[in-house]
Amino acid sequence: MTRSIELRVNGTTHRVEVEDRRLLSDCLRHDLGLRGTRVGCEHGVCGACTVRLDGQAVRSCLLFAVQVEGQEIQTVEGLADPEGPLHPLQEAFHRHGALQCGYCTPGFLLTAAQLLDELRAEPNPEPPSEEEIRVLLAGNLCRCTGYGPIVRAVLEQATCAAGADPTEPSGEDRR
Amino acid sequence: MTTLPPVSVPEERLDEGPPGRWLGRPTPRLDDEPLLRGSAWFVDDLAPWPGLAEVAIVRAPLAHARLLGVETAAARQMPGVLGVLTGSDLERFLRPLPSVLSEAIPYRPIALDRVRYVGEPVAVVVATDRYRAEDAAEAVELDLDPLPAVPSAHAALDPTLPPLHEGLPNNVASDRTLRYGDPDAAFAQAELVVRARFQQPRSICTPLECFGVLCRTDPVSGDVEAWSNFQGPFSLQVVAAQALGIPPAKLHLRTPEHSGGSFGTKAAVYPLVVLLAACSRALGGRPLKYLEDRREHLMAATAAGERLSEVQAAFSAEGRLLALRLDLVDDVGAYVRAPEPATLYRMHPCLTGAYQVAHLEARCRVVLTNRCPTGLNRGYGGPQLYLALERTMAIAARRLGLDPAELARRNLVPPAAMPYTTASGGRYDSGDYPAVLALALERFDWAGKRARARAARAEGRLVGVGLACVVEPSVSNMGYVDLASPPEVRARRPAKSGNVEGVSLAMLPDGTVQLRTTTTPQGQAHATVLALVVAEALGVDPRQVQVRAGADTAVGPWSISSGNYSSRFAAVAAGAAWQAASALADQLRRLAAQDLGCHPEQVLLADGHARLVDDPERDVPLRRLAGRAHWDPASLPPGVRPGLSLTHHLAIPDLPAPDAQDRANGSATYGFLCDLCEVEVDRGTGRLEILDYLSVHDAGRILHPVLAEGQVHGGLAQGIGMACFEQLAFDPDGQPLSTTFLDYLCPTAPEVPEARTVFVESPSPLTPLGAKGLGEGTTMSAPAALANAVADALEVEEVPFPLTPEALWRVVHGAEG
Ligand code: FES
Ligand code: FES
Repeated sequence: MTRSIELRVNGTTHRVEVEDRRLLSDCLRHDLGLRGTRVGCEHGVCGACTVRLDGQAVRSCLLFAVQVEGQEIQTVEGLADPEGPLHPLQEAFHRHGALQCGYCTPGFLLTAAQLLDELRAEPNPEPPSEEEIRVLLAGNLCRCTGYGPIVRAVLEQATCAAGADPTEPSGEDRR
Repeated sequence: MTTLPPVSVPEERLDEGPPGRWLGRPTPRLDDEPLLRGSAWFVDDLAPWPGLAEVAIVRAPLAHARLLGVETAAARQMPGVLGVLTGSDLERFLRPLPSVLSEAIPYRPIALDRVRYVGEPVAVVVATDRYRAEDAAEAVELDLDPLPAVPSAHAALDPTLPPLHEGLPNNVASDRTLRYGDPDAAFAQAELVVRARFQQPRSICTPLECFGVLCRTDPVSGDVEAWSNFQGPFSLQVVAAQALGIPPAKLHLRTPEHSGGSFGTKAAVYPLVVLLAACSRALGGRPLKYLEDRREHLMAATAAGERLSEVQAAFSAEGRLLALRLDLVDDVGAYVRAPEPATLYRMHPCLTGAYQVAHLEARCRVVLTNRCPTGLNRGYGGPQLYLALERTMAIAARRLGLDPAELARRNLVPPAAMPYTTASGGRYDSGDYPAVLALALERFDWAGKRARARAARAEGRLVGVGLACVVEPSVSNMGYVDLASPPEVRARRPAKSGNVEGVSLAMLPDGTVQLRTTTTPQGQAHATVLALVVAEALGVDPRQVQVRAGADTAVGPWSISSGNYSSRFAAVAAGAAWQAASALADQLRRLAAQDLGCHPEQVLLADGHARLVDDPERDVPLRRLAGRAHWDPASLPPGVRPGLSLTHHLAIPDLPAPDAQDRANGSATYGFLCDLCEVEVDRGTGRLEILDYLSVHDAGRILHPVLAEGQVHGGLAQGIGMACFEQLAFDPDGQPLSTTFLDYLCPTAPEVPEARTVFVESPSPLTPLGAKGLGEGTTMSAPAALANAVADALEVEEVPFPLTPEALWRVVHGAEG
């Protein structure tokens, strides 16, 4: 059973013909050519396929494309203008050496992007601790880096988003 | 404006070699942007040919059974299906993949009349897209007659179970006892003999991206073109071509510029290349695409095999390790898939670890089980060896009443003995092991932490400290796996030795430099490091160096040892690039000397210019020299080749084939690391918390501190995973129980501690840049260091492995009755 749906991705509306069972991850990657959304397990554990749906980080391998009609989808391609500078999170990942193969990276970026937006929306945000960042990222697997640089990049940007100075030690023991 | 992340720059270097203009500095990676933006091309993003059909593989549901029939008629009728192929349909296009061990163990990429592991391919469904291919795969019916399964290494040793392969008397595929020195005499003299047994389950480094292959054959010429995320070694290209019955030159392998991790696993992609090539041929040359899913990966891709080890260690009263007897049993699964049984022999030159031991006996058995064939996984034999060896050392220290660090110190190979030849023929090339240990003990506050752990235990907490000293071999000698065959058999075959890498380097007319090699990176930023190496030699900006490190066997350069394994990149590939760039620099100096009216020796290359050493104001841009080499070859001085391009191959010296006494220098170079950790076990839940972890690593010259640290931390995370969580479990019938990421637990951010790393640099005298490999050391050391710390915390000699909460809880509560 196929149907024609409208998907709003990164601010652009796309009309696509999909089968009802078409995974959102496959639709984004193969029908819309937004290949930056990676697929690592297709059973909802690794987080590589994470996109944002109306701001919430979700697993696109656990959704059908037909389920998300009318919602605003953000993929890694929508984090920064392709012709412009990188998003500060992407920049931080680069500076901290937070990627090796880079396959997990889009999923981590979108998970973290939700946190940054939420912090910015709060009136008096509390900068998160390293421990909180680690728990927040626990739904994303990385097999290359050992997580340290990813945690540092996200912690730095979350601290900025909460209006604090990331160069100040956060009171945690950051050996 | 960009401040780089803190890196532990060594405060005390054993060698005072300064970093270069580019090398040894924490410059940013050059290849990040496409990955950060999501525009990088991985294997699933490729569509190199029109008319690409997609493939789903029908896999065996039983571990051991006769395959009486495959019913495909219903599947063929399903919408979108272009073909369904079985082992018999493909038989005329396939020969068994050659094995180093025995022709009596034929291994085919698709089963013919018997299945020997769950997940073994039995049919291939080709359809217009993957959804339809999977629909039809479900409609394929198998007629199976179950046979008793051999589900474990223990079972494989049971002579009453039937052999997996008709041509074999039992399931021991190889049984060799190798003796060096006089172990019997040494054991007879010993004051203390420690005997310990270890069992390590199967695990897998499981990269985040699964295997992928795109393949087509030319129906007229029979040429095969395949894109895949294969990682080498390219000796397997030859194996694959033989299986297809075509000359290797007709098998054109390519890899995309990006691969989503591998850690050895993607060496096992090659049988899928063979399978898809055969299918494409059977379908008149149709281009095909196959992407493995996670379930298939965890069930049937590859694994680090189960290892059973028994160690006997003979000590003098003073704690001198006099001799070792090892009995090692390695499960390779249902077939001996090349390069296996290399897991068992990779560490052979290092069986005595970091210690000076003259007498050694090793019984090495390769056994067959009804499980998927094993293969490369980060550490490759190292985690297995060091868990057994370093646990044994800790047990000995306890029995001798010594601090384990003191016992290690008494036995470490001293710097005066370097280069040191081990009993089994390894040649440790450089290093001051006692100095690394001393530095580690001091940085960690070993004595203080050890005393505090003891005090905490007196109060009822389960705190302990652990130590592991590890020699990390890198750049494998292609000949070492021949140790699996006795000398008289080896003598009848062509010898194998060494490890070659090639690079092609050219300066274009505009001064841009192009480097091509076949190191098939999977996240290690080879392009960045190679650009830095070339920039250093030529005095250009690294951003002016374009690197292509993915494979293209039609273009090269490559050799059978090319690829990304045995941590060989820094030593052999960066070394080859350095030598090639130095030769190109020589050409540029000759050209410049002509323009500047001086001798080539008086020319310095820096900042994109060739300058007179004594008068740096007099210079000529490299761009102009390059232009002349291309546009005006008539003007070139003698010794300068037109086009400024060269191809260079490097083989690290001192890597001969194994000798008649079974001595083999299995690797070109050997690093050393000392890991110390402090842990606490929760009495109530058995949960293991890593309180502190320090790794002091001597990997020779460090080419890039941030990337090096990334390798050490990544390797450590995988070592921790293997030690604490990861286990491919099977039921008694050989059914895999860990086929999703919910069952196969990889560590996530909260489980991996922020470890400290210190690099000490004693350059290798054998590699062009003094670099040694460093990607596997902490994977080898972490299981041993953590197991030692747990044994200390629980005050026991026997610790379970892996150190799961359940297993530790049982030890705690068993001991308390
Ligand atoms: S691919 Fe969706 S969570 Fe792994
Ligand atoms: S960088 Fe490779 S999986 Fe994270």
